Amino acid sequence: MIRITINGRSLEVAAGTTVAAAVMTIQPGFRRSVSGELRGPLCGMGICMECRVTLNGHRHERSCQTLCTPGMEVVTDA
Amino acid sequence: MPSTLVIGGGPAGLAAAWAAAQVGDQVTLLDDNPALGGQIWRGGVPAAHQRFLDPSITVRTGVQIHSANQIPAADRLILATGTRERFLPFPGWTLPHILGAGGLQAMVKSGLPIAGKRVVITGTGPLLLAVGAYLRKRGAMVVLIAEQAPFSRIAQFTRELWREPAKLFQAAQLGWGLRYRADAWPIRADAGSITIQGHGKIPCDYVACGFGLVVNTELPALLGCAIDAGQVVTDSKQRTTIPHIYWAGAGSVDRSILEGQIAGFDLERARPLYPARDRALRFDRRIDQAFRLRSELSNLAAPDTIVCRCEDVPFGAVWQQRDWRSAKLQTRCGMGPCQGRICGPALEHLCGWPASSVRPPIFPTRLENLLDERR
Amino acid sequence: MTTDVLIAGAGIVGAAIAAALREAGAKCLVVEPEIVGGGATAAGMGHVVVMDDSPAQLALTEYSRHLWDALPLPPNVEREHRGTLWVAADAEEMAEVHRKHALYPASEILDAQALYEAEPELRPGLAGGLLVPGDSVLYAPCAAAWLLRLSPVRYTAIETLTDDGARLADGTPVSAGLTILACGTGITRLLPSLPVKPRKGHLAITDRYPGFLQHQLIELGYLKSAHGHSNESVAFNVQPRSSGQLLIGSSRQYGDDSADIRPELLSRMLRRAVEYMPRLVDLQVIRTWTGFRAATPDSLPLIGPYSDRVWVAAGHEGLGITTSLGTARLLADRYIGQPSAIPAEPYLPERFA
Repeated sequence: MIRITINGRSLEVAAGTTVAAAVMTIQPGFRRSVSGELRGPLCGMGICMECRVTLNGHRHERSCQTLCTPGMEVVTDA
Repeated sequence: MPSTLVIGGGPAGLAAAWAAAQVGDQVTLLDDNPALGGQIWRGGVPAAHQRFLDPSITVRTGVQIHSANQIPAADRLILATGTRERFLPFPGWTLPHILGAGGLQAMVKSGLPIAGKRVVITGTGPLLLAVGAYLRKRGAMVVLIAEQAPFSRIAQFTRELWREPAKLFQAAQLGWGLRYRADAWPIRADAGSITIQGHGKIPCDYVACGFGLVVNTELPALLGCAIDAGQVVTDSKQRTTIPHIYWAGAGSVDRSILEGQIAGFDLERARPLYPARDRALRFDRRIDQAFRLRSELSNLAAPDTIVCRCEDVPFGAVWQQRDWRSAKLQTRCGMGPCQGRICGPALEHLCGWPASSVRPPIFPTRLENLLDERR
Repeated sequence: MTTDVLIAGAGIVGAAIAAALREAGAKCLVVEPEIVGGGATAAGMGHVVVMDDSPAQLALTEYSRHLWDALPLPPNVEREHRGTLWVAADAEEMAEVHRKHALYPASEILDAQALYEAEPELRPGLAGGLLVPGDSVLYAPCAAAWLLRLSPVRYTAIETLTDDGARLADGTPVSAGLTILACGTGITRLLPSLPVKPRKGHLAITDRYPGFLQHQLIELGYLKSAHGHSNESVAFNVQPRSSGQLLIGSSRQYGDDSADIRPELLSRMLRRAVEYMPRLVDLQVIRTWTGFRAATPDSLPLIGPYSDRVWVAAGHEGLGITTSLGTARLLADRYIGQPSAIPAEPYLPERFA
């Protein structure tokens, strides 16, 4: 198992879990759209950019294309 | 030793890399996903195709190609960048419980627990059935598969499947016990539900929807390969219009594997595979025909339905524009980070606008990655 | 087909002229082979800026900026009075700050400390800067569409100029009392003798990072690079958009007519930006593109009569958005025979005759 934090909350996930899948298990929304709508992943394959989060301080990273690694810090806008 | 570079590690790319290794090439395979397999084989290459994972192939995953000069030099380049789903906007489609059909499947394969969740699958094409079967196997309650195509077309297509008994068997196996309905499509989504034409409002945890597949032509277009009607133009050996660049994939798994092998092999070993590839191609065309989008789907989007999710541009702001470029410049539609990959194919269907030109970076990338570009 | 004034080009200059002449009582027809605001108007940064390469440039930019401020632009034009911050790297460039300060009304000299308070992301070691608070940024394609909202646009090109107007590419003859060519670098197709040359530029835009940047920033080294006669130059020039996105420029190039991105020049441009703002490396770039400025030998536009019935408004180089309104005003004044607020002579095409 791998331990990560999402918005400060600690979470254990199985190896091979993407950040998007990890976030989705605890909350539906990943970001606020330009007009304030709550959004989550659509395509699941790195195309739609709806799953962007801040990963270890880097903003606008696609969570569906990134595997969870130990100690990873994930911050969502929503 | 001649070198071959393959971009894209789905069925077509894996088959191409393996075939190129068989003819003695030094092969490198790049993919932007965390692991090989593409979308179809996300989570593991099936036992029957394990041979494609030839240890002589240098594999690099998590590599995103954003511009041409980032591609390592090779004697031969095989592009197998696959497809994505087409989405058609309907009221409520931007709610977080609405995902792509392949999208939800990918999320589940990537670790999202689905057991006990109520899922409605809608849109069009054989993918809906495959996703339904997969999600059910993982414990989801698949409430309904709502296929937009008319029952008559599906029935005729199924009759034709007698000529492809393996495919018919596969379809029957996938669909057994699933509630599959034709002439049904999404009307609107609200929090915790989806309303389906002819089936009313259905409470659910997730909706998986997709309206067919769109070829990822951005990289071949950037490299100058001719694109026609959304397809990369190839000859029988899978050569594009640019010397030394090949294209494979973008259809059913069977066809993708055959195209990959034809692209990867030398002419002598490729030629015997042409008839099977051509047959697979004809079958895919029949699928496209059977599952073509019905005209009612062009009326799903209301004036206030968001078309461009990156910039939140409603359909009403876009439809009276002269063309795709005017829509981009005047409304910001397609100007966000997905670069029009989601709204472009939707507007191609809704307004008849062809895709526009491609410029680097073909994916958003950290500025740092653009500091060392060369001719 | 008959009209008082036929205007070629629905870029920002043609749009501004159509609006001004319409207001002056002329019936106008605009012809545009592509789309409204789709050429240099869309390619540029949309910076409304006062500049002083020459007294005439200062007069036209200052006058035009004033005209922009008087316009009630709709929200989709995204106008923001960000102000321009000219960044001085060293003492030599600080001298330039002092020189400009004397010329630019309401400008403000920043020492190094004030510079970092204004823009904390700038690299350490810079000397200071000049803040010009009245400058603004806007989204020019929507500004062009707004200026054209009351004018008819016909989507075709002028095939050839005729004795009483023009013949359009769709075959239509147009009889016009006056034809005004406002088609940027395309003007030399119709009037090959005009000294207008394309000067290519690259730009990049990032994802949204609200608050990263407050002002339009331009290095004063720009003066050395933009006006040098070397064929290719880059300069640090970044702009915050109302969306939170950053536009990153700029490059200047003669002799490259291809719209393709030149990867090595794009990289050079971005490296220059990173020299001034190191943390830009971490931002996601979502798009890059090129465009063509219409450049003249003396860096001043051509505004006025080419012949009795053909006037021109082209060659605005990198200042087309800013000076479009002043250009239109000068031509409208000439059309109705009233004196202009600034002298029109420095911009007359006859200076190259």
